[in-house]
Amino acid sequence: MPLTRRSLLAVGTATLAAPAIARGAGKPVLIGEINSYTAAPAFTLPYRNGWQLAVEHINAAGGVLGRPIQVISRDDAGKPANAIRLAGELLNEQNVDLLAGGYLSNIGLAISDFAKQKGKLYVAGEPLTDALVWKNGHRLCFRLRPSTYMQVAMLVAEAAKLPAKRWVTVAPNYEYGTSAVKWFKQLMTEARPDVRFVAEQWPALGKIDAGATVAALAEAKPEGIFNATFGGDLTNFVRQGNTRGLFEGRNVISLLTGEPEYLDPLGEEAPEGWIVTGYPVESDTTPADAAFIATYKRKYNELPRMGSVVGYALIYAIVAGIARAGSTETDAMADRGFPGASFQTPFGPAMWRAIDHQSTLGTFVGRIALKNGRGTMVDWHYVDGAKVMPSDEEVRRMRPA
Amino acid sequence: MTVLLVQILTGIAGASSLFLVAAGLTVIFGVTRVVNFSHGSLYMLGAYIAWSVFGHLPHTPLGFVLSAVAAALALGILGAALEVTLLRRIYRAPELLQLLATFGVVLMVQDIAQAIWGAEDLTIARPNWMRAFVVLGGERFPLYDLILIATGPVVLGALWLILHRTRFGTLVRAATQDREMVAALGVDQYVLFTAVFALGAALAGLGGALGLPDGSANLQLDLSVITDAFVVVVVGGLGSITGAYLASLLIGVLQALGILLVPKLTLVIVFVVMAAVLVLRPQGLLGRAGATVREAAAPSLVRPAEPALLGLGLAALIALALAPLIVGPFALSVLTEAMTAVLFAASLHFMMGPGGMPSFGHAAWFGLGAYGVALARSMLSAPMPIALLIAPAIAAVVALAFGWFVVRLAGVYLAMLTLAFAQILWAVAVQWAEITGGDNGILGVWPPHALASPRALYWFTLVLCTAGALVLRRVLYAPFGYALRGARDSDLRAEAIGLPTARLRLVAFVIAGAAAGLAGGLTGFGKGSVFPTYLSIGHSVDALLMVLLGGVQTIAGPIVGAFAYTGLYDALLLVTGQWRLVLGAAIVVLVLAFPQGIAGAAMSAWRRRAA
Repeated sequence: MPLTRRSLLAVGTATLAAPAIARGAGKPVLIGEINSYTAAPAFTLPYRNGWQLAVEHINAAGGVLGRPIQVISRDDAGKPANAIRLAGELLNEQNVDLLAGGYLSNIGLAISDFAKQKGKLYVAGEPLTDALVWKNGHRLCFRLRPSTYMQVAMLVAEAAKLPAKRWVTVAPNYEYGTSAVKWFKQLMTEARPDVRFVAEQWPALGKIDAGATVAALAEAKPEGIFNATFGGDLTNFVRQGNTRGLFEGRNVISLLTGEPEYLDPLGEEAPEGWIVTGYPVESDTTPADAAFIATYKRKYNELPRMGSVVGYALIYAIVAGIARAGSTETDAMADRGFPGASFQTPFGPAMWRAIDHQSTLGTFVGRIALKNGRGTMVDWHYVDGAKVMPSDEEVRRMRPA
Repeated sequence: MTVLLVQILTGIAGASSLFLVAAGLTVIFGVTRVVNFSHGSLYMLGAYIAWSVFGHLPHTPLGFVLSAVAAALALGILGAALEVTLLRRIYRAPELLQLLATFGVVLMVQDIAQAIWGAEDLTIARPNWMRAFVVLGGERFPLYDLILIATGPVVLGALWLILHRTRFGTLVRAATQDREMVAALGVDQYVLFTAVFALGAALAGLGGALGLPDGSANLQLDLSVITDAFVVVVVGGLGSITGAYLASLLIGVLQALGILLVPKLTLVIVFVVMAAVLVLRPQGLLGRAGATVREAAAPSLVRPAEPALLGLGLAALIALALAPLIVGPFALSVLTEAMTAVLFAASLHFMMGPGGMPSFGHAAWFGLGAYGVALARSMLSAPMPIALLIAPAIAAVVALAFGWFVVRLAGVYLAMLTLAFAQILWAVAVQWAEITGGDNGILGVWPPHALASPRALYWFTLVLCTAGALVLRRVLYAPFGYALRGARDSDLRAEAIGLPTARLRLVAFVIAGAAAGLAGGLTGFGKGSVFPTYLSIGHSVDALLMVLLGGVQTIAGPIVGAFAYTGLYDALLLVTGQWRLVLGAAIVVLVLAFPQGIAGAAMSAWRRRAA
């Protein structure tokens, strides 16, 4: 179903007119969903709103394969061991047709490995690690969000245009941070052989010593700064950086900072001019996005976050794969259905790549500006995920056969 | 040169923030001996309350001071309420039980704070004076950091005056040294304890409020400050406020300089400092040798269970052995996990009960076992039996090396040194990505085909874990076990009759480590993957909760506790989104109802009936 403003409005009216589940006949398609609802509520609660909205819309429009869909959701409390146990519960007790979800990368990998072992399909929503589709990729695992590599590649395209030659990096001291910095350095050096990296900082996740970190970065006298911190660490970093003047006269390239989850808490201190990936939710980027935002706001009385888009798109991406397979049988979904299936998202059309099971959903790149005392993204453009992938040979080399 | 100066000043500002949290904790511990795990939650509530109040006040310095005072007052009242309703009832309970009770509070506060203030981080809009700076040799230095630098000594001075120039302070210091004597002299202990707890909580609230301009009120604050606060308290010496300030300075400045010199060290620097201090000074910087605590009389000798109870245990074991014939694969996977939890808890109990060595870092051995198995499989392609032998072996070897330092300490100092070692191992697992896979862990550690079915895996785990637990039990009733308990109950007398107490403890430490390593190895196989979370503080706390919930002074305690805790946790995670609130409340109720643990209470009831 193409996602347009009109179809969404039609769906909205239909939802009011008829009970949601009644339209799809037969046994529901069961999606077993696992996420860190209590450990990372700032992301996962909007995410849950997103998938709940999608389930409503899809069922109101007749479901998939003539059956309604139903999501059975579990909270992993941020621990991989819980996620594996709950995946077993969803499989054995609830008899779900496939597994989905995940927020933290290590939990995504744990579920993926479990799915591989048990021969079940797993569709990851948010986990960003490249390992999910490359180093540890396999036939039964698909991932929606643009990976760390893809988002860094989007930013490098902008960073390479800047005059800055002396760069420093700051990233949380765990896998997401180290791979973000690794890719940034590698891609930047390829695009601009004249740049140099003169310092790096690795604050512990959730425990940044922001003053000392900012002072250490300033000491390196950089021209450009690459940042991958987010959440509470980002707030502390930006506040110390603002007071100490770290960002003045310097180019800053920053991963994820334009996502409303992370931009909103910065309030009026949102750093103007940073080039970021994110979601300019105040801008109604596309007709599909505008329609999504309107229905979301009507239902939840707040603006969607990036999590909401991921949750919403995840369900549509799954349904597209099932519809194309014509079955909820694992082999049919993994081999015929998902690879090459295209689907609609609030950001525009996307598809599941056959080569590595990464979706081509992209994200927005833009600059942070202040409007009405809060940060927002301006001069944004959407970067299709398909445009920032390494060559097919490179992907094949990284992915086990 | 300027950069060094700026960095040191930044470190001193950080030290003030650390000190504000730690001061409250050390005041509370010094007098009440309560290991207050909820201190971080009080800090977090202070930040949230200050955020709410500041939103309604003019953003002037006075407005901010009023918000901070309001947060401190609110937390003081809350702290007093917490003491009166919960902690007062369990002062006479076994050591560390308060840790369990306050952990229940931590869980409840997480859900309550989210319900009141929402999931997103909350920040205050900084007025110009909060953003102002001074220029030091060309570098900008925040004015607010200068305010913080001054706040630390001011609070220290105020506390010193309260403690040394008031009657209340005299009583507090007396109670820190000998609380029974103070009681015998007719001082109302209850009022004193409530006041001390309120003071400590108010300091936590003040700390939370003063942290707002540099950051946000968020739901991760509680656990992110609590470990650092404990480290400061222990490094400074338990109950010593001046020591806490010195420790804050040491840690704050070393951390700031460490960031400049070795940026990758951020995960461990605090724990390395603590380990170094404790190895050199087992009582912390300014700690004094143990305060007199008379009422904690040696626990009565735990004898082998009576035949009727043994029969009950045997029946339970038979039921467990027959379980696969009745229940489905998911229930079996839960039971498999519960069995490894039993061995994990039993091994900790072995140390902290009969061994008298409480550990806050027991996950170290569990994680080493898990990584041992995973690396043996992935790098050496070792067959499963070999890999499973490697698990306890590697845990035992490392336990021997660390244990040599650990067994010379006692009580909370000992526990915190184990925590430091566990954190160092955790940091290695996170950062040595080439070998350990870092955060993403090691995948594909599945058992061989013969054990692939949930039934086979369950029986295999049941046999090994039961055997492990029985061996631990056997050791406790052997002469070695009695000698170990003798060394716990009276170190001097044990030495006098010729028992090598340090060596006994070291051997016990190694045995416990090996057993936990086996539990970890089995978990690696059962779950198919290994992650640094197995080495994390949270996992160490899980083990403590299981032991305390079951009861420290019974052999069956850890077993009952492991089943009760994993059962409650797994069930609640499935049925409610508010599982933290319910689990926390359940823990608090259990603590109040069974201060000796579930097994301890059952045992007392049994004896009363028999008598």
